[in-house]
Parts: sequence; C-alpha cells; structure tokens
Amino acid sequence: MTALRSGLETAAPPPRPPMSSPDGAAATRPVRAHEGVGPAVLRPRPVRVLVLFAVLIAALITISLLSASLGQYRIGFGDVTRSVLHKLFGWAHVGHPIKDHFAEATLWQVRMPRVVMSLLVGAALACAGALMQGVFGNPLADPGVIGVSSGAAFGAAAAIMGGVTFLGDFSIAACAFGAGLAATMLVYLLSRSGGRTEVVTLVLTGIAINAVGGAGLAFCTYFSDQSARDQIVFWQLGSLNGSRWEYVQIVAPLVLVGLVGGVILARRLDLLSLGDRAARHLGVHVEALRLTAIVLVALLVAAAVAFCGIIAFVGLVVPHLIRMITGPGHRMLLPASLLGGAVLLAAADLIARTAVHYADLPIGMLTALVGGPFFFWLLRRTRLHAGGWA
Amino acid sequence: MIRTRDDALPPQLSAGDVALAATDLGFAVDGRWLLHSVNLELHAGEVVAVVGPNGAGKSTLLSLLAGDLPPATGAVRVGDVPVRRAHPLDLARRRAVLPQQPRVSFPFTVADVVRMGRSPWVGTAAEDEDDAAIARALVTADMTHLQQRRFPTLSGGEQARASFARTLAQQTGTLLLDEPTAALDLRHQEQVMSCARDCADEGVAVLAVLHDLSLAAAYADRVIVLRHGEVAASGRPRDVLTAELLGDVYELPVDVFDHPLHGGLVIVPTRPLNEALKNGVRQ
Repeated sequence: MTALRSGLETAAPPPRPPMSSPDGAAATRPVRAHEGVGPAVLRPRPVRVLVLFAVLIAALITISLLSASLGQYRIGFGDVTRSVLHKLFGWAHVGHPIKDHFAEATLWQVRMPRVVMSLLVGAALACAGALMQGVFGNPLADPGVIGVSSGAAFGAAAAIMGGVTFLGDFSIAACAFGAGLAATMLVYLLSRSGGRTEVVTLVLTGIAINAVGGAGLAFCTYFSDQSARDQIVFWQLGSLNGSRWEYVQIVAPLVLVGLVGGVILARRLDLLSLGDRAARHLGVHVEALRLTAIVLVALLVAAAVAFCGIIAFVGLVVPHLIRMITGPGHRMLLPASLLGGAVLLAAADLIARTAVHYADLPIGMLTALVGGPFFFWLLRRTRLHAGGWA
Repeated sequence: MIRTRDDALPPQLSAGDVALAATDLGFAVDGRWLLHSVNLELHAGEVVAVVGPNGAGKSTLLSLLAGDLPPATGAVRVGDVPVRRAHPLDLARRRAVLPQQPRVSFPFTVADVVRMGRSPWVGTAAEDEDDAAIARALVTADMTHLQQRRFPTLSGGEQARASFARTLAQQTGTLLLDEPTAALDLRHQEQVMSCARDCADEGVAVLAVLHDLSLAAAYADRVIVLRHGEVAASGRPRDVLTAELLGDVYELPVDVFDHPLHGGLVIVPTRPLNEALKNGVRQ
C-alpha cells in the first residue's frame, strides 16, 4: 500500500501506473528514521492531564475552605477544616465541631451553602460552555447564544412583577428555569427545517429570541413598582447571596446529569468538530446529538441561572483555558472544565464577598469585568491563528 | 442515538459484488434539475472516476450517494442498506466519504483526527484493529511524521492527506472520494490515486470525483462523464475519453494521445504550436 513511484520509472507500457510489489522497496520514498513501519500512535498526554486534575482538586478544596473561613465574621482556617472533616468523617472520629456555637452555625447555615452553591453553579456553567462549544464547533460559542439566559431573566422578571408565589420561595427560580428551557426549545424548533438544523440558523434564531426576551425584561422592569424593579435589577446582576441547602439539593442532581450526559456524548462531540456532514459519515446521528446536547446545556444553565441570576463568561472562558492544557478531546475537557468552573466561581465569589467591606458585590459584574476583555483577547487570538471567525 | 451493537457488522463483499447502486437518481433545486435520471452501479474491486465540467453535478451526485442530500427521485443502496432509511452508523460501517474541503474546528492532532475514522467500530470486534488500522492509514497517506501536528496548522495538501488517512482508517467496503487530489502536489496526487487503486485491488469499491482526466484514465477501471446533470458517457477510459466526446462536453478542443513511454492516455487541451518548439523544429 505504501508504494510511491515516479511515473516514468518503468519503460514498460502498463495499462496503469505500477502498484506496490514485493520488490517495490527500491522505488518507495526513503522511510524516515523516526517513523518506522508500525508507528506508535501516541495517546494524549496523560501526565499533564493528571497534574491538571490534581491541581484543580487541590485548588477547589483550598478555595472552598478559605472562602468558608473569610468574611465579615472571621472563622479560623483550622477550625473550618476540622469542622468540615467532622461533618464528612465524624463517624470515624475525625475532626470536631467549632467550639464557638455562633461560628459553627454561621459556617454551616450561611457560608457553606454559599460556597457549595458557587462550586455547583460554576461547574454547571463551565460544563454547559464546553458542551455548547462542541455542539457549535466554535470555540467562541457561549450558552447565552441559545436564549437560555435571556429566557430565564424574562421568566424571573415576570415572576417578580406578578408576585408569583405558587411554589413559595422557589417561585422565582422555578419561573426562571421554565422560561430558560422554553426559550431554548423555541430557538431549536424555530431553527429546524427539513429535519435539520444549521449552526448559523441556530445562532441567528438565538439572536431573535434573545431580542424578544430582552424586550420582555424591559417591559417587566418598566411596569414594576419600585421594590420589584430593584429586585429584577439585582437578580440580573447575579449573586450567590442567600444560597441555601435546599437550592444545593436542586442544583446538584442537575449538574450530575449534565456531567454524566456530557461524558457519554464526548466521543460524538469530538466527531462533530469535523463538521455535520463528516460526523454523519462517521455514524453520528447529528440531529439527535445536537438536541441532546442543547437540552443538557439548557438544564445546566437554567438551573444555575435560576437561583443566582446571570453570571456571564464563565462558560466561555473556562473551557477555553482548559482546552489549552488538555487538548480539544471532550472526554477530558468536560470533567476538567467542570472542576475549573467550580474553582473559578468559588474564587470569584470569595472576592465578591470580601473585596469591599460590608458590601456583597454582584458576582455577575465581576465575571463580566474579567470575561469581557478575555473574550476580546480570544477574538484577537483566533483572528491571528485562523485568519478570522471560522 | 446511543447504540453499541456488534451484531450488525456489514457482510464482507467479494470482488464483483455490487457495493453501491443508484437507480434513477435525480435532484432538483428551484425546479432546475442538478442531476437527472442517473443510474450507477459500483462494484467491489473497481475504481470508478466521475468527471465533467464545473456544475455538471459531480459533487451533487457524491452527496446523494453519501446520503447528505435527499434525492428528488430514485434511491441509493449501499450494499444491503437503503441510504435514506439507514441509521448513520450502519452506513458508516459500509462506506467512508472524503469531503472536498476538510475542516476540523478544534486543534486536534492528526493522530486524533485519523482515530476518529475508527469511531463507527467502537464496541465491535473490529475495535481491536484500531491501532493497526490507524498506523497503516498514516503510512499510506504519508502522514506518519506529521501525526503529532495540530490539524489547523497543516498546509491544505497535508490537511487533505490527513482526511484521506481518516477515511482509510474507517476500513469500509466502499470509498467515496470528492476531488481527493484537488489540493495535492504531483507526488501526492499519484500517491493518493495509487492507494485508491491498491484499495480496489484488495476488494474495496472506490468512486472518485476527479478533474484531471489523465489521472482518471490512469487509475480508473471505468469513467462516468457527467454533463448538465446527466450521464454523457460511461465505460472504460479508452472507450469514453475520446477527443470528440470530451471536446463536446467541455466545449473546448482536446487532444487525446498515448504516452510514448508507458502507453497510458494523455489528455490535454489543444494548444497553439509553441513558438520556441517551432524554431527548434526548423533547426
């Protein structure tokens, strides 16, 4: 199979140029020393990936404990660690609760739900971002593209304006979640034609739905009374303030579903980077894959956004940074992005809580402040390397 | 969508079996036929070249055969499977397609991309041959020394060869190649076509859309000439690629003659006599 010959090498008139033959070695291109006949097909760098996971997990634990110990009421890092160990491994007589009951209560009723929530929301957003970029075959895709954020914002605003209370404290979150999912499904269905969805159509439909969602949000803001208006505005800024264990219980399973689903889809998402046609030629049911991935993204983002408001750019930035280390294969990218998102948002929330005394900065503002310039940098970099938006 | 079956492996074809058949194939856009009543049989062990001028419907034909487009009339079968109703995985185990313009949207390495060609076989007995198939495909496409390079950093020809290696790694009974030589230099053009020829000699059915008529004549068992979406001629290269027919189809006078050394067909446009050569003849 490897024979390559120059056309005029033989004078005999064969009906077609010569093929490889047992003695064809003389005519083949000299084999380079390092390529051999049976080259070892190298696997992705496992050491590098292992180190990344180790670093991410260490960072996750450190930042979580640090975040739980810092704040207006300071709790010792050691105390926090021992108390957490006690909660986790108390049955094995490891660690012990903090002696100061007020500190123990603050830690477990205020700080810890918030820390865990920041981890979960960051994980959900980053995982959704990685899935989204895979589905669109574009490293600059963001979950906001498919309308989930603006849909959720509209749902929340409508719930606040209408004073909806059918689910008690969860009413606003439930409305945001439902509206986010509905907006995504609408984008998907409207961009379908002839049983297929083209990526460009999907993006443009997303823009249309986002515009309508924005109009609805403006409507709600304009016609609400003063207190509802404040609530809508603050909801949009995004904050983890007031996180509760009940919220964690709802978001955690959804993040798990997103992660498991993402890992199952990983190999097929890799193939999608060859384009829809080539992926189909390799046996991928592209429409089913795209629908499944979009549903996962919508679930993850809607769950995150419903409780914490809009937190921008985590889904865009984290997968991109992770991809630089793990390479583009989704099997590693998805779990690593999930960890990276958790670390990033926990750190961002720590800054939001502690940067200014007696002020809880909106975390969405912080992530956008860092994410915006980063997005611009990505854009420049993509232009330089790929010659433009491709 | 999530399917891992190893009971659905395609039957092995032997030389001469019909690997792919299209009957009365037609495709229309805005009431204009891009392809009209094309009948085609591709047999295991042969190379068929599809040639014709721009807009003759070559790529449309390939898209229909690959199942990318739904035909307006007629149907395509790959082996025992009807293309329109088959699951993509059943098709992927029977035919591989080399696209005209390969693209990879993330910086996968060449080895990663070639490995993607093995994905239809995940969960089947054929999975054991993955590494061997990848290694062989890399050698055949002359990409072994570039296997750790990131796909987007390759030149156009190298990208085309990496995609070709991916198609080979799929190890299917049918190969559909859309202008496999378009981006390649002379050496690699010959290499890709002689590899296609080798595949056919091992029992694979190969259909290639080509622009270079001499190349088609050299490597194909049969040539199909398309014109305005219809088959203008079909048969052995020597019977089909005549100066008369080609001049008619391409609307350009063409010279067809035998190569003085190896006797293969050489097909070039008729050009005015070269001045320098004329002077040389006078001396």
